[in-house]
Amino acid sequence: MDTSIWRPILYLIGIMVFAGLNAAYLGWCERKGAGRIQRRTGPMEAGYEGLLQPLADGIKLLTKQLLVPSGADGILFRVAPVLAMIPAITSLVVIPFSENIQARAMELSVLLLFAIASIAMMAVLLGGWASGNKYSVISAARAVSQNLAYEIPMLLTVICIVMISGSMNLRDIAMDQQGGFWHWNIFRLDNFHFLYMWVAFIIFFICSIAETNRAPFDMAEAESELVAGFMTEYSSMGFGLFMMGEYLNIVVGACLTTTLFLGGWDCPFGMFPGVWWFIIKIYILIFTFIWIRWTYPRTQIYKLLNLSWKILIPFSLVNVLLTAFFIKVF
Amino acid sequence: MTLPVHLRHDETFVLNLGPQHPATHGVLRVKLTMDGEYIVKAEPVLGYIHRMHEKLAEAGTYPQFMPNTARMDYLHALAFNHGYALAVEKAAGIEVPERAEYIRVITVELNRIASHLLWWAAFLLDLGGFTPLLYAFDDREQIIDLLERVTGSRLTYCYMRFGGVYNDIDDEFITGTRDFITRLRSRMPRMYHDLVTHNIILIKRIKDIGFISEEQCRRYGATGPVARGSGINYDVRKNEPYSVYQEFDFDVPVYSECDSMARYMVRMDEIEQSLRIIEQALDKLPDGPVMAKKVPKILKPGLGYHYSAVETARGSLGHMLVCNGDKNPYKLKLRSPTFSNLSLYGEVAEGMLLADALAFMGSLDLVIPEIDR
Repeated sequence: MDTSIWRPILYLIGIMVFAGLNAAYLGWCERKGAGRIQRRTGPMEAGYEGLLQPLADGIKLLTKQLLVPSGADGILFRVAPVLAMIPAITSLVVIPFSENIQARAMELSVLLLFAIASIAMMAVLLGGWASGNKYSVISAARAVSQNLAYEIPMLLTVICIVMISGSMNLRDIAMDQQGGFWHWNIFRLDNFHFLYMWVAFIIFFICSIAETNRAPFDMAEAESELVAGFMTEYSSMGFGLFMMGEYLNIVVGACLTTTLFLGGWDCPFGMFPGVWWFIIKIYILIFTFIWIRWTYPRTQIYKLLNLSWKILIPFSLVNVLLTAFFIKVF
Repeated sequence: MTLPVHLRHDETFVLNLGPQHPATHGVLRVKLTMDGEYIVKAEPVLGYIHRMHEKLAEAGTYPQFMPNTARMDYLHALAFNHGYALAVEKAAGIEVPERAEYIRVITVELNRIASHLLWWAAFLLDLGGFTPLLYAFDDREQIIDLLERVTGSRLTYCYMRFGGVYNDIDDEFITGTRDFITRLRSRMPRMYHDLVTHNIILIKRIKDIGFISEEQCRRYGATGPVARGSGINYDVRKNEPYSVYQEFDFDVPVYSECDSMARYMVRMDEIEQSLRIIEQALDKLPDGPVMAKKVPKILKPGLGYHYSAVETARGSLGHMLVCNGDKNPYKLKLRSPTFSNLSLYGEVAEGMLLADALAFMGSLDLVIPEIDR
């Protein structure tokens, strides 16, 4: 591995560009996708097909005043949006985009990723609590109980993957799945894991929707109940950072799902593996996120928790047991 | 929700819902005493959009009040037009030509469908589903275009006159309405029921939520889809037929589940029944004038009390008119359906979760300007 000083700098720039472009243009994709689903055009005015819309939005947000309400905790209120952005960008460090494109191939990258992801929930909690708004406090409380409930089944399904691959290194997990879609963890035809790994995939996908606070599980920002939840009091770039953090969390969630279940950069037919397959897979997943959001109404908070504690956790526990059983027996 | 919740009345806080809140769809304020996310006490506060419509009626002549009726329930404005016209016609003893009554029924029913579609859209918005709003507005737009052709306005109509209607309908309106009936019927099963009504998330959100008993309905005077969702078979169009409703064959959808889902289903079924009424009215539409002859320019109904009741999209609407032979009414009292329906709210929302309480509020189909008048 090349140890020159240029490598970290190059990856830093690369990741910032990837993160920045995604945060800006997923907003555009979301609005266009929502527009098409709702039989309208979405943004059209700024540039061709509204492609300059993110730029216009950015300028608008930057020129607005950042208001701090008088009842708010000033420091935490300002820190929270930054906390929403940092974990998302940091997570990208350990994501293997292809065999050779990865900033840091850490041995415990799975663990690191989930540890960092929990900080994102802190941002919602702090933002909601520091606002001093009753709606925001309710939203913060909801976000915590929701994240707590959904991290458990998520980690349990990841344990299955770690047991199958025998590694906590995301690169090794992806390398383990090379050679066509029948090697991917979601199908895995070379042993008996295909019997239940698709269940694990569904659990993981539902959990990643809930973890990123996306509809139909957007309890924390339920706009018709809690106005805008933890974001109610935020204006200007404080709000902008929360939005960008949300989109980056989606990207990280999609990257993780791709790496853990869909073979990472592997081609489904065993041809030309490379970073483009990874990119195609994550954008298909992100489109699914957008598609789900604009199709379903929101669930109820206690039904959401019931789903996690009564259905997802038992199922993922059974999955862990089955994985252990099949690894031990065969 | 009928969970056995033990609410502690000493650890509560007050959440001020409104008057500017996305779920109240207007300037309604509800003072919620909350224990966590559970509601201990809900207290609707009215009056933010009070415009003294009833007092204004006394200040002007009889025809001058007609535009005001549309400003109360702006979603089913034609029914308010109709109710007021019926009350004044009763007072002044004006005979309305049959064709005019048919046109009134057709336009009022079209307006009712538009109102239900908008309710549906707003209700789904309350539940966090944004896309159905656009689909419903697409259909509603067709109705508004049709009504704009004959009435001249798109939302706040002033179409009815004492003794008839302002404008005759033409062939283009009739073919357009028939096309719309086919269009809505073809879209109903797929875009409304498959996408939304049978959606598991929606069913879990509104089934067994917001239980209003028959007794509560009677106690608070709830009418319309709220009462019909609680098993009360009461529809002014059937029970006390006015206009030419007795000529049409239609059903009154009644569900006895008493929950939000029942109210939802009542409204969805009513759209179909309204389509049936419009179809029959278009088939039977008689020829003739649309305005009674010899309606005096200045109405001066003699001393007396006159009451008219009509069924709006939200329930039964009463106009109580007191005349004293002058050229303006002595007193006009309105019995607006949503006011009674909202009165239920505090009692039923007690012990509910915040999200459920807002879904329940959506199922009542509140139009705030009509409550405050």
